[in-house]
Amino acid sequence: MTIAKHVSDSILRRSARGRPALVPYITAGFPKLESLSAQLRALAPHAAAIEIGVPFSDPMADGVTIQGSSRKALDNGVTLRWILDQLGAMTAGNQQATEHWPQQPPLVLMSYLNPVISSFGAGRSSLRSLAQACRGSGVSLLIIPDLPLEESGELREQLHLQGVGLVQLVSPVTPQARARTIAHASDGFLYAVTVTGVTGGSAPAAAAATAVSPNRYLDSLRELSPVPVCAGFGIRTRAHVDALAGHCDGAIVGSALIDAIDKGQDPAALLASMV
Amino acid sequence: MTTAMHSELGDPALELGRLLSGQYPDARGRFGPFGGRYVPETLWGAITRLESAAKLALADPAFATELAFHQRTWVGRPTPMMRAANLSTAWGCNVWLKREDLAHTGAHKINNALGQAMLAKRLGVTRIIAETGAGQHGVATAAACARMGFTCRVYMGAVDVERQQPNVQRMKWFGAEVVPVTSGDATLRAAIDEAMRDWVCDPMGTHYLLGSAVGPHPFPWLVRTFQSVIGTESREQMLSPAGAARLPDAVFSCVGGGSNAIGMFHGFLADPSVLIYGAEAGGRGDATGQHAATMAHGRPGVMHGSYSYLLQDDHGQVVKTSSISAGLDYPGIGPEHAFLHAIGRVQYVPVTDQQALDAVREVCRSEGILPAIEPSHAVAAAKAWAKANPGATVLINLCGRGDKDMPILMKNLV
Ligand SMILES: Cc1ncc(COP(=O)(O)O)c(C=O)c1O
Repeated sequence: MTIAKHVSDSILRRSARGRPALVPYITAGFPKLESLSAQLRALAPHAAAIEIGVPFSDPMADGVTIQGSSRKALDNGVTLRWILDQLGAMTAGNQQATEHWPQQPPLVLMSYLNPVISSFGAGRSSLRSLAQACRGSGVSLLIIPDLPLEESGELREQLHLQGVGLVQLVSPVTPQARARTIAHASDGFLYAVTVTGVTGGSAPAAAAATAVSPNRYLDSLRELSPVPVCAGFGIRTRAHVDALAGHCDGAIVGSALIDAIDKGQDPAALLASMV
Repeated sequence: MTTAMHSELGDPALELGRLLSGQYPDARGRFGPFGGRYVPETLWGAITRLESAAKLALADPAFATELAFHQRTWVGRPTPMMRAANLSTAWGCNVWLKREDLAHTGAHKINNALGQAMLAKRLGVTRIIAETGAGQHGVATAAACARMGFTCRVYMGAVDVERQQPNVQRMKWFGAEVVPVTSGDATLRAAIDEAMRDWVCDPMGTHYLLGSAVGPHPFPWLVRTFQSVIGTESREQMLSPAGAARLPDAVFSCVGGGSNAIGMFHGFLADPSVLIYGAEAGGRGDATGQHAATMAHGRPGVMHGSYSYLLQDDHGQVVKTSSISAGLDYPGIGPEHAFLHAIGRVQYVPVTDQQALDAVREVCRSEGILPAIEPSHAVAAAKAWAKANPGATVLINLCGRGDKDMPILMKNLV
């Protein structure tokens, strides 16, 4: 059985018209603890999947926007266990139709490695507990930006036993042969980092910094990848999404949504404007 | 044999043998379960390129000759081994000091900065970035960049910029751009976060000259390799008739990330008679929770690219640390130290701010040397041990001089 095939299907279904499907990212518990469930419900209608960011004290692949939202979320008391409890309650409520969440999209957790390996005690059994908790909460996939393919075996094995997948990332500096290996190991979709840099930059600046054109990079990934390709980092506007049409299956929107939330704007409206 | 973070360690003697015979770090960059390469994909090419370049360079006699030349004429190696006559009398032991404080720029950090800057030339990059805590690594890197013609940017926590002013000015005079880091806890750990972010933006055109035995493989191994000159010289100097003409009974180094310590320890790991101690920052004391005693209070986790002991909460968040010494104020520790701790070859002991300050005063008054606050932690740990082991021979790595600490000492040492 292919792990997280329903996530691939959801992305492909929503990108059938040629425009990339949208995958929003939010930091859990930002700006307030109680923001999470409302944000998920509001984003769901426009999302092929939703990425839920687990805040970490040392987010080394993130720019100032997500550093800030992570800091705030940690100050609010967010933990991985709390997030899983919240998601579990929402998913269960949905199944019992007591608290309906229309078209619940697949849930994807985005976390640095340490909260993942350290929230459920120590040792190999902690990975099993983590994987079970993910399944129990309705999480389909994990994305871990500081877990390269070579280090992913132990965790992937435990996640797969619970039917949960692990997404791998490629970057513009990843050589072709390596990108192929990574794509074949990635569950659900392949995360194509569009910039050589941290989150929160803007796409035009990023394109200038990269030797290959971003679209050529995405095209080549799409050719070699058995799973849908989602582009992420620096996608902030409808125009950015327009420019990606035909070159990838999904577009991940993160910092732009966090900025909107920070300014008190409606992230769902921003996302809807990009569909 | 393949290792992963939950690999079991075997018999301690066997495991130590693996380390000494070069089987660790293994092909996956691990010392048993510890170490590894937990980096964003964007950095994968850079760290693997660095590893291959380092292996080639270290096998090249021309590289060794050039390194030795710079060590002799620019760094001032070998640094002296000195019998501390007055401390010896006061403690009832034979106390020896390895004078890394006399190395160019005032600390052991130059050993690694020089070696990595030479490697960066071979990588063909033009830009070097570094993090710094106490500012010693920043100064050493800035100096090496000035001499070898690299542009240099140093990330330094805003808190450390305040408490290590003299070093900030020195870096600027060497032509480095010093960037104060206000994110996170604004100390060494945040400076490393920020340097990593910089590196992710230009992984192939920039070399990240990491200053301690931490980070993803190959850094812990590479930094140890360049710092091992301390232990190699020390062992020879102790054994020589001009020295103690014997091995020490116990060796002491302070441990922040662990670079001076790992360099010193490697001279003596294979000598079963030599006890080895690392002094960690005990801050205001165990009971307060305000310390940076990673071995005493941490548990394994991943930060800054490797799996090692880490001060963290139950949810995997790295916690705030506290130490009077900027160089030891770090919630992690190099993976090779985690390994040496796990197999019991090295004992790690916390030393408080006050004990370190008392040691600064004692070394000043007894030996006419102003030590940095970091190695004063090692001095304090050695003193406690010496009092319990009269007549023993003790070696302390005096890894830096205290001029940089003047602003703090003028407030705290009255
Ligand atoms: C004099 C001195 N000693 C020790 C340290 C701690 O670093 P490490 O543990 O890597 O030797 C520093 C770091 O800045 C330092 O300046």
